[in-house]
Parts: sequence; structure tokens; C-alpha cells
Amino acid sequence: MARFTLNGVDTEIDAPPDMPLLWAIRDIAGLTGSKYGCGAGLCGACTVHVDGKAVRSCVTTIDSVEGQTVTTIEGLSEDGNHPVQVAWRDMNVPQCGFCQAGQIMQAASLLAETPNPSDDEILSAMSGNVCRCGCYQRIVAAVREASTGA
Amino acid sequence: MLHYLNQQATRVALVNVSRRSFLGVTASGFALAAFAGPASAFAPYKTGGESMPHGLRTDPSIFVTLDSDGTVTIVAHRSEMGTGSRTTLPFIIADEMGADWAKVKIVQAPGDEPKYGNQDTDGSRSLRHHIQSMRQMGAAMRYMLEEAAAARLDVPRSEVKTGVHEVTHAASGQSFGFGELAEDLVREQPDMPYVNLPQFEDLEFRDEAEFRYIGKGNIPITDLHDITTGSAVYGADVSLPGMKVAVIARPPVVGGKPIRYDDTAARAVPGVVTVLGLQGYTMPAKFAPLGGIAVIADNTWAAIQGRDLLEIEWEDGPHGDYNSDTFMAAMRESAKKPGKVMREKGDVDGAFAGAAKTFAAEYTQTHMAHIPMEPPVAIASVKDGKCEIWAPVQSPYGTRTDVAAALQMDPEDVTVHVTLLGGGFGRKSKCDFVIEAAELSRMTGHPVRVQWTREDDVKHSFYHTTSVERIEVALDEAGKVTGWKHNSTAPSILSTFAPDSGHQFPIESGMGHMDMPFDIANIRADNGEAFAHTRIGWFRSVSNVPRAFAVQSFAAELAEELGRDQKEVLLELLGPARKLDLAAEGIPDDFWNYGEVYENYPIDTGRLTNTLNMAADAIGWGKELPEGEGIGLAVHRSFVTYVACALRTKIVDGLITVPEVHFAMDCGYAANPERIRSQMEGAAVMGMTLALKSGITFENGRVVQSNFYDYDVIRAENYPRNVTVHLVENPFSVHASGVGEPGVPPFAPALANAIFNATGKRLRDMPFGETIG
Repeated sequence: MARFTLNGVDTEIDAPPDMPLLWAIRDIAGLTGSKYGCGAGLCGACTVHVDGKAVRSCVTTIDSVEGQTVTTIEGLSEDGNHPVQVAWRDMNVPQCGFCQAGQIMQAASLLAETPNPSDDEILSAMSGNVCRCGCYQRIVAAVREASTGA
Repeated sequence: MLHYLNQQATRVALVNVSRRSFLGVTASGFALAAFAGPASAFAPYKTGGESMPHGLRTDPSIFVTLDSDGTVTIVAHRSEMGTGSRTTLPFIIADEMGADWAKVKIVQAPGDEPKYGNQDTDGSRSLRHHIQSMRQMGAAMRYMLEEAAAARLDVPRSEVKTGVHEVTHAASGQSFGFGELAEDLVREQPDMPYVNLPQFEDLEFRDEAEFRYIGKGNIPITDLHDITTGSAVYGADVSLPGMKVAVIARPPVVGGKPIRYDDTAARAVPGVVTVLGLQGYTMPAKFAPLGGIAVIADNTWAAIQGRDLLEIEWEDGPHGDYNSDTFMAAMRESAKKPGKVMREKGDVDGAFAGAAKTFAAEYTQTHMAHIPMEPPVAIASVKDGKCEIWAPVQSPYGTRTDVAAALQMDPEDVTVHVTLLGGGFGRKSKCDFVIEAAELSRMTGHPVRVQWTREDDVKHSFYHTTSVERIEVALDEAGKVTGWKHNSTAPSILSTFAPDSGHQFPIESGMGHMDMPFDIANIRADNGEAFAHTRIGWFRSVSNVPRAFAVQSFAAELAEELGRDQKEVLLELLGPARKLDLAAEGIPDDFWNYGEVYENYPIDTGRLTNTLNMAADAIGWGKELPEGEGIGLAVHRSFVTYVACALRTKIVDGLITVPEVHFAMDCGYAANPERIRSQMEGAAVMGMTLALKSGITFENGRVVQSNFYDYDVIRAENYPRNVTVHLVENPFSVHASGVGEPGVPPFAPALANAIFNATGKRLRDMPFGETIG
């Protein structure tokens, strides 16, 4: 049993304490925007925010987020128009789209902490998120756009 | 009725095939065909789409529905795995029809080729095969709408004109919205053909100047909003009442099987429901599952934990001694011996006997795994003699028939819903994971989701083959190449489908081996013996990856050997602009040509030369560079498209980086330049990953790698920067060709050539590794 706030809603998950947050969110809470890509914190497809910071939900147990605030792609903004989401659409970033929720959550976390990141900061922050289609050029451009508004 | 109309339209299209469309093309690839107007705006030509299973459909009754509120519903029948076909094919219909894209709704077709025509989303074929039929369907819809408007006004159809989502009669100033006209598009039943379908010869096609979407690149992908808000539905995102999750322990060696197992610990995991054995199949098993022990649970985590706690003793079967190192050494020996000849031009032995000098090099590649971001996953519900599937598959109808065969059901009783694919790259053309779900649903009586972990994906793929490409040339006194021998030795993809012959087939040789375009008098392409010891499958660009790597690296090595400029030697090898005469070139009748009619998609060296020059000019070939930097070039035709890559590498403390890439691409008519660019940007990343990092190796029949930590990909920190795509501008009459795959092959040789030019080190074995000493 674990209790935390999920996208603004007090949530109680009846599951073993070592269940990764990803599977609790997907299989039990029924929110499927966060993706399984590796199960080992290596690809970033499962990225969510815990108390505003990007974490890999596939290697974060539910007992470790007890009492904390978890935000998934579905809760990033009320209308789906977080500046990062808007920039993503402006740049037509996605190809298959599977990794994009994780990419967007990672970028949103970066910009919350560092509103005007340098190129190196962008690359470093985004390097834990794999895109097999290879959208990096547009991902980096979209993060830049979201940070500067241009 | 439906089939009659469809066949009729296709037949007319064939009769009308015109040579104008390629007589208007100059050797350089720049088409100069004049467009007089709608009558000449669409000269139909035959593509390989007609000979694919179930062919093409040209009847809009199947693909387009118009509602009275003006909504146009268009069926996307190809799978969406990131190329944009789910957007591009529908907007072709919408544009030719006159529909406003804002009022278009896309619905995904289930696997049903008898209805929709071929759905195999592979081979860079969606646009290439379907662009004409989509235009035909759009034009037929427009014709019927104009007929309806004209009938309402009792004027001839020629007096009305379709604007955007409306038909206007200029003389009276009246106009009808598409929605208003919907009721006039009569069908006897909702699924029946439109009663007033025109014949092909009645259709008028838009002049290219009228296009609003086709060729513009102004339409965002259909799923853009859903992808960025997390609501897009991929394979694992479907949930059914009572659904269980299965994770499977598969034999570590292909052809192996469990002898005994202990599931006590697995069953003790909270949430685990049962543990079941699954039948395996030995090679050649097509896409049949490997078998193993399945843990069925209430949620994914319990299933993963349970699976990992299984204690299984495996029997390895005949491939337990497969070791990559010894196999590669054996292939190298095989490649040195005369192989099975696929192409023979001139007197090769005579050329070598009389050579002033010979020069040879060998290039190798390990196996590779696709690792789409979404690992294989499928949901099946077998109930009351029916099977319903939700899965991210590239072959929806093949999946349906394979599942039906596995369950011994009639395909009519199997439904395959196609979700978005979280990447495919060829892996999801094979439906083993779907058959697993179907078998487990039948066995348990529950809907079942089979979830592959990343480790499962890396260890149980249908791997890209491993190969040795050995090229040897004969040179005369002046350094001119008089003879070319290319031995390609690799386990064949066909071993997945039929008893292994130990040799590659024309379909594989046709990817950069027997179709090698150089202007050399004496050419032999042969292949050495190599037997498969794992499941071989096609991976994006397939055999073109090792072939382009070998041929384009060799051309640069030859230039070094001769002390000449690499680009100059490559241009000289390509020779004068010409379309290869297959018979004169010794290229046999069974040449594949990507399934296309040769006359409509010939090998045109002028287009190779043109793209090479474009890319080389863009990067500034020949300019001075700082130490540690180098530029490399490569050009390759694959999937009937021509792509040159010019890139600059910079070695930073031993790390191979790529600060600049120029692709020049001639893919015929570019229907969606924006998605073409995105495919090429992605091809650079995948090309760099394959060149530097993608090594699947076997020890004792087992795949050594297991997840991103030991089978990694290029990431943001070292992605190829500043990828610029230069598209050759072509009119519609220059036949649209493949896009999804042709960008990948020229990257690795361009990088190898650049690294050589930066460091003097020649890399001949893929993957190179990310650093260079």
C-alpha cells in the first residue's frame, strides 16, 4: 500500500511496496502515457516528476514516493499546452512518438530548474532519454524554443 | 460489385501507362516535364504495389466516408511506426478531393487485405506504392461531389468547380458544402460501393500547382497532439476487462527447449496467477514463437518478478555452439573462396589474370537488433471461437493469418486491431509475440497481454544478418579498374522461411551487391556459404547497410591506393550518366529491384552522381580542415531512391563526433518533404548508432547483450549535429520512391571515410566503437 498525489489526486495504490512506480501508474492507476522502455532506468521513456523533479519511474518503488507529488505526462498541464508541449508541436518533433512523453517530462523538469539552459546543459539533461527514431535535433531545438520562447 | 469496380480502374490504369513520365526525365535526375494541365497531371505508371499480396485498391468507397456535418473520414491502412504514412496517405486523398484537412478524421484499418489491399508496412513502400491510388480515390470523390452539385443545379458538371470543402457554381454564385452533398453520395448499404463511382478515364487530376498539402510539408502528423499529451495509444496501452499479463522465459538458444523447471518461487509472487509451458518451433519457423515458460499475473510487475524467479533447465539444441568470433573467422575464409555467382559481366578471370595490380579489402558487420523503443507487446482475447488482437504490428493481415493458423481458426474469426507502433524497423513485421498472446489467451480463458522486457527484445530478436563483404579489383598500368569481384558472405534471411541453403538469394544480393552500378567492364558478384544459427530478419535498410559500407569504403580506399581524390575516383567509378542496361551488365533476370518494374525505376547513375555532387558541394569537399577533423562521402541507391551523405567528423579526445551532415536525396516526387526530412534526420542517428555501437554477439548460442547498458544507441550528448537534407526537386512524373530506409546505408561509409581522412585509420569492421585511439 502506498499513498501519494498523482496528477493532483490523492491516490492509494494497493500493491507491494517494491513495485516500480511505472507499473503502479500504468497497470493500477490506468495512466498509460508513461512508457516502459527498459525497466532499468537506462532509456527515460518512463520519466515522470516526483515533487517536480524528473525520475525514472521504472526504477522508483512506490514506497519511496509515499506522501510525495507524482506528475505524469497526463498531468503536466491542464490543457496540454505546457510550453514544452507547445514547442514539441511547433517543431514536429515526434516520429513514432513512444519516447516523447518521457522526453517532454525530462525537458519540463530541466526548464523548471534551469529556465535558460546552455546547449551543454540541454544535451546533458536529455542524454538519459533515448529516441530510437533519432529525433534529437528537433528535441534540442524544441527545448531551446521552450526555454527562450523563440 | 466492389471488386469489379476496383479491378476495372486498375486495368485501365495499366493500359494507360505512358512513357511520357520518364521520357521527361533527364539523366541528371532533374525532371523538366511540362505540365499543360489536369489531363497530363497524372500519367499512371505501374509499381510493385500491384504484385504485392492483395495488391492495391482504388475505390474510395473503401477508404473515404463523408458525413452530413462535413466530416471526411479517411482510412489509414498502413501501420504508423514513425514514418508519417498515417498522415501522408490520407492527406493525398484529401488534397485531390478538395477536403479541408481540419475536417478530416483518420481511422486505422484492422488487418484486412482482401478489403484494403496490401498492408505490409515495410520495404519503404507505403507512399511509393499508394500515392497513385490515393490520388485516384481523391479524384473520384471530387468527381462524385461535382456531379452531385451539378445535378442539384441541373447544369453540366463542367460548370461547377471544387474549392476547399465546397463545390461552387460560378455562373449562379451558388455553392454547396461537402456536408450538404454527403447524402447524394449514395450507397445501397453503408459498406457498399458508392453507386455513382466514376471510371478511371472519367477522372480529372489536379495540376501540381493546385496542391495544398501534397508536396508542401505543411501538415503535422495526425497523432501529434495525442503523442505530446500522453493519450496516443500504443500496443501496451489497451486494457481489457479481466486481462492478465504474461512475461515469458524463452529458450536462450534458438531451437532449444526447457527440459524441466521449478515454478514454486514464481507462483509465490503476489499477483501471479499461473505458470504455463508454451510450445516452441524449430527453424525454419517463419514467425512462430520460440516457446518457453510463461508466467501469467494480474499485473506486469508480478509477471516480470515471477518470470525471473523461474528455475529452468534448458536443452540448447543444434545451435548451442554458435559463437560469433569463430563464425566470423569462418565467414572470412568462405569469402576468399569462389562463391555462388549472382552476377557475371565480361571476362572477370581474364581481367584479373592480365592485371598490372590487384587490390582487396574485407568489411564485416556483426548481427544487430532493432530495439524499437516499444518492445514487442500484444493483447489477445480468445473467446467463443473468435480471437481479437490489439498489437503494434507492421503486417496486420499477415498477423491475422499467422494467428489463425497457430490457433487453427478461420482468419474470418480473427480480428487484428493495429495500435500505433512505438518504432518497428522490421522487428514488428514478425508476429511471434502476437501468436504468444493468442495462445496464452486460449490456454487461460482470459484476455492476455504478452509484455516483452527489453532484455527479451535484445536476446530474442530476428537479427540483422552478420556478414563479410570482400571486394577485390584488378587494375591496369594506368590505375584504371578493369575487374571487380565482390563476395558477400552472410546467413540468409530466407533461412527463417525455408530450409537453409547456406547462400543468399537474389532479393538479398539485389541490395547493393549484384546491382552495384560502377562503370567497370568485368564484374562478378558472388556469395559464399554461411548457415544461420539464429533467427535472421530484416532490419531497416537490410543488406544495404553492409553493402554500402563495403562498396563506398572501398571506393575511398582505392583512391588512397591510387593517390587520388576520393570524390574524383568515386565519380569515375560511377561513370557517365546512364540507366543501366541489365542484360549488358550481366545482371540476371531475377534481379529484384525492390519489387519494381525496372523500366519505371531503372538504376540511373546520373542520379547517383547528382546527389553525390550536391552533398559534396554542400559540405565543401576539398576545403582545409583543422587537425582531427575529416570529411567523408558516400552515395547509394536503395529502395529505388538515391542518397548521398557528406559528413564531417571531429575526433574530440578520442571520441568520434559528427558536427555536420548533409544528405542529398532523390526520392522522385517528394509528397511530404517535412516527414522526409525527419526520416533523414533519424537515419543519421540510426546510421551513427549502427556504425559505432550496434553489436549483437553470440556465445554458446546465447546473445551476450541484454539492455541499453551493453547494447546502447546514440544519445543526445553525441548525436550527429546540423543534419541538413537537400531534396532533389522533382515533379509528380518522376516516380515517388522509398524514404524510410534509404537514408541509413550511406552514413556508415561516409563516417568511416571521414574518420580515415581525420586520422589515417581505416575502420572496416562494424561496429567501430565510439572512440578511436
